[in-house]
Amino acid sequence: MASVRILGRFQDAWDSDVAHSFRNSPITIVAAIALAICLIAAGFAPWLAPHNPFDLKTLNLLDALTPPAWIQGGKAMFPLGTDDQGRDLLSAIMFGSRVSLVVGLVSVFFAMLIGVSLGLLAGYAGGKTEAFIMRVADVQLSFPAILIALLISGVARAAFPGEAQDQLAIVVLVIAISLANWVQYARTVRGSTLVEKNKEYVQAARVIGIHPVAIMFKHVLPNALGPVLVLATINIATAIITEATLSFLGVGVPPTEPSLGTLIRVGNDFMFSGEWWVTVFPGSALVVMVLSVNLLGDWLRDALNPKLR
Amino acid sequence: MLAFIIRRVMQSAAVMLTVAFVAFGLFNFVGDPVASMLGQDATPDDRARLRADLGLDDPFYKQFASFVGNAVKGEFGLSLRQGRKVSTLLKERMPATLELSFTAAILALVLGIPMGVYTALRRNSWFSQVLLTISLVGVSLPTFLIGIYLILIFAVLLGWLPSFGRGDVTALGWWTTGYLTQSGLKAIILPSITLSLFVMTLVMRLVRSEMLEVLRTDYIKFARARGLTDRSVHFGHALMNTLVPVITIVGLQLGGIIAFAIITETVFQWPGMGLLFIQAVQFADIPVMAAYLCLIALIFVIINLIVDLLYYAVDPRLRIDRATTGH
Repeated sequence: MASVRILGRFQDAWDSDVAHSFRNSPITIVAAIALAICLIAAGFAPWLAPHNPFDLKTLNLLDALTPPAWIQGGKAMFPLGTDDQGRDLLSAIMFGSRVSLVVGLVSVFFAMLIGVSLGLLAGYAGGKTEAFIMRVADVQLSFPAILIALLISGVARAAFPGEAQDQLAIVVLVIAISLANWVQYARTVRGSTLVEKNKEYVQAARVIGIHPVAIMFKHVLPNALGPVLVLATINIATAIITEATLSFLGVGVPPTEPSLGTLIRVGNDFMFSGEWWVTVFPGSALVVMVLSVNLLGDWLRDALNPKLR
Repeated sequence: MLAFIIRRVMQSAAVMLTVAFVAFGLFNFVGDPVASMLGQDATPDDRARLRADLGLDDPFYKQFASFVGNAVKGEFGLSLRQGRKVSTLLKERMPATLELSFTAAILALVLGIPMGVYTALRRNSWFSQVLLTISLVGVSLPTFLIGIYLILIFAVLLGWLPSFGRGDVTALGWWTTGYLTQSGLKAIILPSITLSLFVMTLVMRLVRSEMLEVLRTDYIKFARARGLTDRSVHFGHALMNTLVPVITIVGLQLGGIIAFAIITETVFQWPGMGLLFIQAVQFADIPVMAAYLCLIALIFVIINLIVDLLYYAVDPRLRIDRATTGH
């Protein structure tokens, strides 16, 4: 019986609108597969990667700038070639995607946390609190996120001495990207909170004396969360791009523990001498990752939007 | 109208003051200006004298007021890294950035609008599908990667165009222009394409969706019923009505283009303000960072103000709205 019920539930999920729109969109399926490959390659990099690019003992400078395996001079043990320090590019890309994905996901999470909390507070408290939070949001929104992130990491650079900079680089990066992106969440959540707080269930909760914080998080938040999650999906791609851009500009992840952006930055110097693979492969990995997240986000937005059915 | 203008100008001034406050905070709380100006061998007496000279012993509001006063005159002190006046540095770099941004904006409009019109009118043709797919890739690709790929194809593999710098420039007073020499024109092609791609796809998608919306309206049906030619319906009626939001968005994006020039300038080693700012961030050169921040903020605020006022002038509905809500 139990197996029938599980099967039935699977059947329900299979027949649901969301699953249906997924099956009927070949591009989305391709994007999902590409993203799954990226996630597995990044998540299991220490076990799947052919080499450990950070183990200095295994690096041999004689292997530096070996071309990809299918080009003359390439070696089978370095399928995508090596960089200037003899690191296997495929392994470096796998470890680099790990850094990129972690920074992207964590900073989206923190941006969401800050944005949702402030948005809830603004919508629920109203008055001067709301005016203050939304003015700050307005001012920040009139500048591009990348500029804000650059500024924050510049300040962090001035505030910490050289040694600590490299250790804190990833933390600073996450803080910079989160602080640069919280506004959208705050505006979205504030909008839904304004609608929800006048509904009867919230008034009922207030009448029976539930603490305002509990009302905000337990009653209002779940009803305001839908659009936020869609926004977050799309913002993962933006966060990954921001991280890569900052690292490329030289104010992000240090070369000792490179992300995709750092790898592209390093490879950029070798492009003119004909060693194109050092920058093209990490770049392509970034494109595949961002494009598949974007395509999935677009699909999710349309699939969850009842107006488009 | 006057009340609206005054209110908007006040708002802009408030934004500028906030930004100035942040810039002032950068100066005061990050690093010690006295230590960085005097070096390590200075005696405590020297320090105290310099502190007094710089007005660092004054109360907070007085310091802030003098900072704002200097900022209005364009004085941000000396660059910590280059030891030259920040205002001179910015003035030298400004023409490069503005020429690049201007070229990119024109490119985005000249190519984006026709592409948007085409994809709206021929919705199901294969070329529209190709354009839309490319535009999705254009939105997804990070700017710096587009630049790198363009350099790889057109500079390294084909060798047609230069990969860095501005080429030869001609000086017109304090303004330097790359428009007048062949190498200058060649040098601006790749950076401006890189910078405009994002806005171009934005314009194209916006024109497309606005056109599709307008083409469904009654007055278009009426225009067709009157027997007007397709040409006059599409371009005389439909396109004209889509242009207001397009101009607004492009206007607002103009500031974004100038800010995003940071990335393009780094990729192409374009000697503009963005490259100066990136170097300042890398070396924690606070005066340059603060000055760039204030300048960009000023450009943003002015653009926003102009767009708002234009919108107010162009769209009569806004005026009625304001009148009924009692502002």
